[in-house]
Amino acid sequence: MARRVAIVGIGQTHHQAHREDVNQVEMVNEAVTAALEDAQLRIKDIDCVLHGNMELFEGVHQPDMWHVDGDGAYLKSGMRLTTGGTTGGTIACAAYNHVASGLFDTVMAVGWEKQEEGHTTTGIAAMADPLWDRRLQTGAISGMTAATMIRDFGERAGEVAAMVRIRDGENASRNPYAHLRNKVTREEVMNSYMLVHPIRLLHMCPQSNGACVLIVASEEKAGRITEKPVWVKDHVTTHMEAMLNETILMRDDLAEWASMRVCARKLYKRNGITNPVNEIDLFEMYDPMVWMEMEWADWFLLLERGGYLKLVEDGVTDRNGSFPVNPSGGVVTTNPIGATALIRVAEAALQIRGDAGEHQVDKEVKTAMASAFGGTFWTILHLLSKERP
Amino acid sequence: MGQRVGIVAVAQTKYEGSKPALRLAELAHQPVREVLEQTGLKYTEDGTGIDFSICATDDFWDAMTLSDTPIGDVVGAHHRPAEKVSQDGAQAALYATIAILSGHYDVALVVAHCKESQPASRNLITSCAFCPVCTRILGVDYLSAAALQAKRYMYKYGITREQCAKVSVKSYKNAKNNPYAQNAMALTVGDVLSSRMLAYPISTLDAYPVSDGACAMILATEEKAKRLTDKPVWVNGVGNCYDCHHLGDRDLADSDALEMAAKRAYKMAGIKNPRREIDVAEISGQYSYQELMWSEGLGFCGKGEGGKLIDSRATEMGGKLPINPSGGVLPGNPMIVAGLTRVVECVLQLKGEAGARQVAKAKTALAHGTSGPCGQLHSVLILGI
Repeated sequence: MARRVAIVGIGQTHHQAHREDVNQVEMVNEAVTAALEDAQLRIKDIDCVLHGNMELFEGVHQPDMWHVDGDGAYLKSGMRLTTGGTTGGTIACAAYNHVASGLFDTVMAVGWEKQEEGHTTTGIAAMADPLWDRRLQTGAISGMTAATMIRDFGERAGEVAAMVRIRDGENASRNPYAHLRNKVTREEVMNSYMLVHPIRLLHMCPQSNGACVLIVASEEKAGRITEKPVWVKDHVTTHMEAMLNETILMRDDLAEWASMRVCARKLYKRNGITNPVNEIDLFEMYDPMVWMEMEWADWFLLLERGGYLKLVEDGVTDRNGSFPVNPSGGVVTTNPIGATALIRVAEAALQIRGDAGEHQVDKEVKTAMASAFGGTFWTILHLLSKERP
Repeated sequence: MGQRVGIVAVAQTKYEGSKPALRLAELAHQPVREVLEQTGLKYTEDGTGIDFSICATDDFWDAMTLSDTPIGDVVGAHHRPAEKVSQDGAQAALYATIAILSGHYDVALVVAHCKESQPASRNLITSCAFCPVCTRILGVDYLSAAALQAKRYMYKYGITREQCAKVSVKSYKNAKNNPYAQNAMALTVGDVLSSRMLAYPISTLDAYPVSDGACAMILATEEKAKRLTDKPVWVNGVGNCYDCHHLGDRDLADSDALEMAAKRAYKMAGIKNPRREIDVAEISGQYSYQELMWSEGLGFCGKGEGGKLIDSRATEMGGKLPINPSGGVLPGNPMIVAGLTRVVECVLQLKGEAGARQVAKAKTALAHGTSGPCGQLHSVLILGI
């Protein structure tokens, strides 16, 4: 029988471009120690350690083996789950599954990446089929989403892209763990280095080093560990078959067909949500570039195409708005890939707890949603709640 | 809990040293298609089909970031949930059990595939699993690490190369009864000892060959398992455990992690005396000494008694506790796949469908998988009918 599952501990590193001062194990250990401290637990209280990242970024085969020294899995149960960008979401789902199964009471999910030790675009390009697609694969910086947004909304799209980046920079400046913490201006965004037309440097996420750890526990344990458990109400994973992103993006029915919308519809149906913007208090979204947030948010939130642009323009998604998006600063300011999706869940949980510090949103957060993106348009959604489900 | 998880279908390919005609997706598709046909299940989410897919694959072995991507369509991962365990396949079966017990999914497909023939060298890949700061530069890989472990094990407990060689002789002999086995032959201890030395004391016939293959299974809630098959095999216990990484941090002659993993699985399955209560075991030994060491870790004999166990012939076909009637990993099962193959073989034994390798009256079986160097991570599943 399924048991209720709560997040009881959260830890992350100060995400940075350079961490020559630590090796992977030491970096992971920083987040593990922080999460244990947050939960007021010791490593002996943990039953199981789930580990994830993307192997070909750093070139360490099955790094969970080496990382035992830092993640505390010695003589514990555990496993390694990897699904690319969604990895952090997958290990959060797996942590939920482990506790809900009744076999484990306290489970730790460890997502990490140390991207300075490899080459991110090479790692991502190796995702494409070696026979058919690999020579065409561009890595993460693909201009199609931005191009279609500009096709449909013209200059307005570029203005909103800058607004999203300004908002993320403003939020990140308040988040001590964020990587790019500088506030940026419209002019800085508009004049930043062109990566791939029309994507500019400040539209795009950075390559970060960092780790994030989540400790989840059964209802019984959670009650003893914390006064502020954050409940995992539901999670939905939606993969898509492999193909070039460009092929996907040319579909006429993209909005209905994309995994973001399919995943969101499942989550909302199972949890009786009809108007997500009104019924969910906050959204931590995995947006590798501002353009993707602008397009995908329509799909996630069941909006008409371009509906989200208005929300941004009206300040609805600001930290003090009625539907804050990425109060942490989001992925555009911080992206240690294997940790990124887990950070979304962690940040959503911090907001529900009211423990986000300087980047705590103004409104009370009772329910929050966190998304993960990876692979060929794969999506995971987590729905968290303050109330026990 | 009060819930049980049942395995309702299993399939495997023949294991071969090289399968150049098959791309990874085609390889994975073979056992997947078979388990779909056996059950009549489809990839649906209306509660009538498979609602969760787990792949055991690995980015290094497949030379591909997100190695589950190319088999997405094979496992029905379109608009549906799928996850990847990038470890030995036994971990994937264990996770499927957990995912079903969680109540989040009812019916799960598990598939493991690997083509060890693709990389230029198996050791090149496993070398990358070692700490790049301290140990990788020494040139250590899973084979040379295993040689260190074998030497330490033999030294501490007086195990002989002959006793290890007996494991190879038994494995290759049993493999003759297994139509899926890669290599099967009649060997003598002398043949094993005189085969080409790879890393002392491991010679060619003490080590598993490069292998390609895939296997798959479908697991379901108790209620659905009973509807899907007349002969469900129940997962009565699961347990896994990590050991420390640096070889110098542990006494390589003892397998603390396996003892712990087994303890967890036995506790869940209510097994008090494994040697008596388990009818057949399929365990993952990539090198001959490992079957002896893992037998100790699993409690099939006392510490240091692995050599005596093989001498007693209790683990041969017809013995009290047959180990690896299929031949096990030594005649050839690829990494990532090997542990799931063990589960598949146990299911066949319990259903009485193991053909010439059938162990009579098998009611409780133990499947074991391992990942990492020198058995750093062990998974144990107790199956029953």
